Amino acid sequence: MITFWFAILVLAWVLYFVLEGFDFGVGVLAPFLGRDEHERGAAIRTIGPFWDGNEVWLVAAIGVTFAAFPDWYAVLLSALYLPMVAILLLLAVRGVALEFRGKHDSPAWRRRCDWLLSGSSAGVVLLWGAQLGIFVHGLALNADGVVTGNGLGRSLSPLVTPAAGLGALAGLLGTVLLGATFLALRTTGPVRRRAVSLARNGGNLGTVGLLLAGIATGSRLTLVAAVVCFVAGMLARRGREGGAFTAVALGVAAAVVTVFTTHGSVVLRSTLDPLWSLTRTQAAASPSALRLITIAGVLILPGVLAYQAWSYWVFRRRVASERIAS
Amino acid sequence: MDVLDLTRLQFAVVTIYHYLFVPLSISLSAVAAGLHLTWMRTGSERFLNLTKLVGKLLIVTFAVGVVTGLVQEFQFGLGWSAFAKFYGDVFGPTLAIEGMLAFFLEATFLALWYFGWGRLPRKLHAATIVVVAVGTLLSAYIILAANSFMQNPVAYALDPETGRAHLTSFGELLTNEVVLAAFPHTMAGAAMAGGGLLLAIGVWRIAADGAFRTLARLGAWLMLIGGAMTAITGDHLGKVMTAVQPMKMAAAEALYETTTGAPFSVFAIGKLGHEKPFLTVEIPHLLSFLGTGSFDGTVQGIDDLQAQYAAQYGPGSYVPMIPVAFWTFRLMIGAGVAGMALAAYYLWASSNRRWKLPLLPAFLQMGAGVPGWVKRILLLSPLLPAAANTFGWVFTETARQPWLAFGISKVSDGISPGLTSAEVIASLAGFTLIYGFLAIAWYKLVLHLSRKPLAPEIPAETADAESVPAY
Ligand code: HDD
Ligand code: HEM
Ligand code: HEM
Repeated sequence: MITFWFAILVLAWVLYFVLEGFDFGVGVLAPFLGRDEHERGAAIRTIGPFWDGNEVWLVAAIGVTFAAFPDWYAVLLSALYLPMVAILLLLAVRGVALEFRGKHDSPAWRRRCDWLLSGSSAGVVLLWGAQLGIFVHGLALNADGVVTGNGLGRSLSPLVTPAAGLGALAGLLGTVLLGATFLALRTTGPVRRRAVSLARNGGNLGTVGLLLAGIATGSRLTLVAAVVCFVAGMLARRGREGGAFTAVALGVAAAVVTVFTTHGSVVLRSTLDPLWSLTRTQAAASPSALRLITIAGVLILPGVLAYQAWSYWVFRRRVASERIAS
Repeated sequence: MDVLDLTRLQFAVVTIYHYLFVPLSISLSAVAAGLHLTWMRTGSERFLNLTKLVGKLLIVTFAVGVVTGLVQEFQFGLGWSAFAKFYGDVFGPTLAIEGMLAFFLEATFLALWYFGWGRLPRKLHAATIVVVAVGTLLSAYIILAANSFMQNPVAYALDPETGRAHLTSFGELLTNEVVLAAFPHTMAGAAMAGGGLLLAIGVWRIAADGAFRTLARLGAWLMLIGGAMTAITGDHLGKVMTAVQPMKMAAAEALYETTTGAPFSVFAIGKLGHEKPFLTVEIPHLLSFLGTGSFDGTVQGIDDLQAQYAAQYGPGSYVPMIPVAFWTFRLMIGAGVAGMALAAYYLWASSNRRWKLPLLPAFLQMGAGVPGWVKRILLLSPLLPAAANTFGWVFTETARQPWLAFGISKVSDGISPGLTSAEVIASLAGFTLIYGFLAIAWYKLVLHLSRKPLAPEIPAETADAESVPAY
């Protein structure tokens, strides 16, 4: 039961990072790949109908974490208090910038929304990446499972570690590639051209970088990521945009799964003493709560996946970024 | 202020802010669905235009509701991790089920509706907005069930080993007598909130287009009927509350002694304490009626309850902040009544029918038209339900003190261990800054959207781009 719910939880986080990952990527890239207001609008329109549904995967992921592993939810969020609050605030700016942009006719308003969207998307991605890095590295949990410390440093210090830095960079790379391949898939005209070329060059650059990093650290995962990058770049070059997007998505998914499973049954590693780490069993909810969410999940989630897939089908047409003479 | 007070302040600020937008989303989605269906039936362009306008207002309001709701989902772990551990079994599944059942529905179908003009078959398209409206009701119900657990814990057992609460029956959690009473009351309050916004926009733009008159009258009806419903449902809620948390009702009246046939003070001047304040205006027997349903019922006083709780739960103060409870309760009701009066006046004065009544001054005659200075007051009508909703929640939450979940755990036991004041001050500053900025942007956009001429054009951002499918 606990393993089953751990699997569901990882699935929810994977879906969140992949789905919202591509709309983060589009957000970061829109002002760079769109040269004028019209082109930027086209880029942003590709995620208009989807971003909110994607973000609910975060609600689902954190909700399932709370439901199935309440201690994990409690310890993680209070230990990483300020980084989490920063993510939430940036997400607030981002969601509102996205939704408000097209509702006002003034070009200045739209320009401001574009840059807020891009900046907040980049900030969120860097912070999520850093958090995943911190996950792998662990937190200074004491015998009571609490991170203590003074002032702001208590929850900010984990951010200034190499693990966090690496995670942030990997997060940015992953989302930019996701965004570029998604834009290549969902637009026509100049934005599509630039997105394809970014996917190609980003893919090559990423491949080289990851290859070097993989050889240096001997991490098998990094080598796999390098291969994914290469495949994505190659598919983009051949005009196989759907394939390129799928390759990057699988790469991101694999990375998230790895992060969640690096320490086996330990869900939060203590850097002070391995005995103080939080394990799945310790963190899990009671059998009755697990049974309740199992029933609810089995009844509800297939429907959710079905109508979300339907909405991707309804909005399957490419968005034109070239101006049509009127 | 210590960490505990700061964390409470932050919770209150962030939650109240969320709840400024939530009632608007709930009622605007129902109004959009109603207008859309009316347009389908009548084919009248006026209703199509109004549907589009309300749809845009809904989208921008919903966006703020979503991003601030996301914060809510994390709040329990950020500031209240001890609470989250203790009640994880109760709150976790409830929040998870709310997300899976309601939020996915709302987010996906709102996008399908907004971007779906001309892309979905007509009937299917109309169905999508109905799904959104149902989704908002579902999410409201489930979250209120979670909150009602704190007011009146049901369906749980304390684990003898860990001391934690375990959920014994989800069905019972969902049929808590408090949520059964609070849901209709909050939904009536939500109807008022949306009504106030539509009334103000309608009155403001009435010269531009006849459709705005329809909007204003629709808003006024919502506000009037919603207001009447808040009173009826609030009366019932008060009885349930007196039964489960008698201290709250005693605090709401600053009633220290147990009284039979207790009066209700409309307002008071002076200090609220054991002695009678300097001046009060009282309605005899009304408190007894509100609390027990009988004009001669007995309402327990603060002193008796304090003695009883001290004997039952151990030494300590079980008295909430009396002035806060007293005034928020009155201001909630007062703001609601003021809103109803404004709405009723507008409906009366702007009616197409005329009916001359003797003794009434000219501007109070039916169908006499609304004078300019009243119009300016009507522009403020969204503020009244917003105030009533806020006061209602502040009352509900603060008059439960010192309990977090009534009778089982105290607020001071819920806070995250290790949390520092500096962290909470920093986050509170961040929330204040960003939320302030969101409110300004929302306000500007609502003005902009209402000012545009009504036209049935499909906005560029939802226009079909090209017929090449991506997949
Ligand atoms: C437009 C909004 C509005 C209006 C006009 C009213 N209320 Fe209200 N009231 C709320 C909006 C609200 C609320 C924000 O929705 C609350 C907060 C928590 C809840 O369940 O509903 C609430 C709470 C609340 C409670 C506390 C419940 C508890 O603590 O468990 C009582 C007893 C009442 N109300 C009673 C009334 C009465 C007797 C009213 C009028 C005659 C009234 N309310 C008007
Ligand atoms: C949108 C509706 C809500 C509003 C406006 C609201 C308002 C408030 C306010 C004003 C406080 C501060 C009380 C104080 O300082 O004494 C508070 C505290 C709190 N509320 Fe609510 N609340 C809402 C719904 C909920 C729900 C649904 C939950 C739980 C699921 C909840 C849980 C809490 C907790 C944990 C605290 C902190 C403890 C405390 O200070 O009482 N609230 N809320
Ligand atoms: C403190 C507890 C609360 C939590 C954890 C919470 C959580 C959330 C979340 C995560 C969202 C965004 C959903 C999305 O992404 O679509 C949201 C929106 C919403 N919430 Fe809250 N909420 C709280 C209080 C309340 C209360 C008290 C009510 C109603 C009485 C309410 C009703 C709604 C509704 C109807 C929506 C959808 C409409 C909108 O987004 O504006 N919430 N909430």
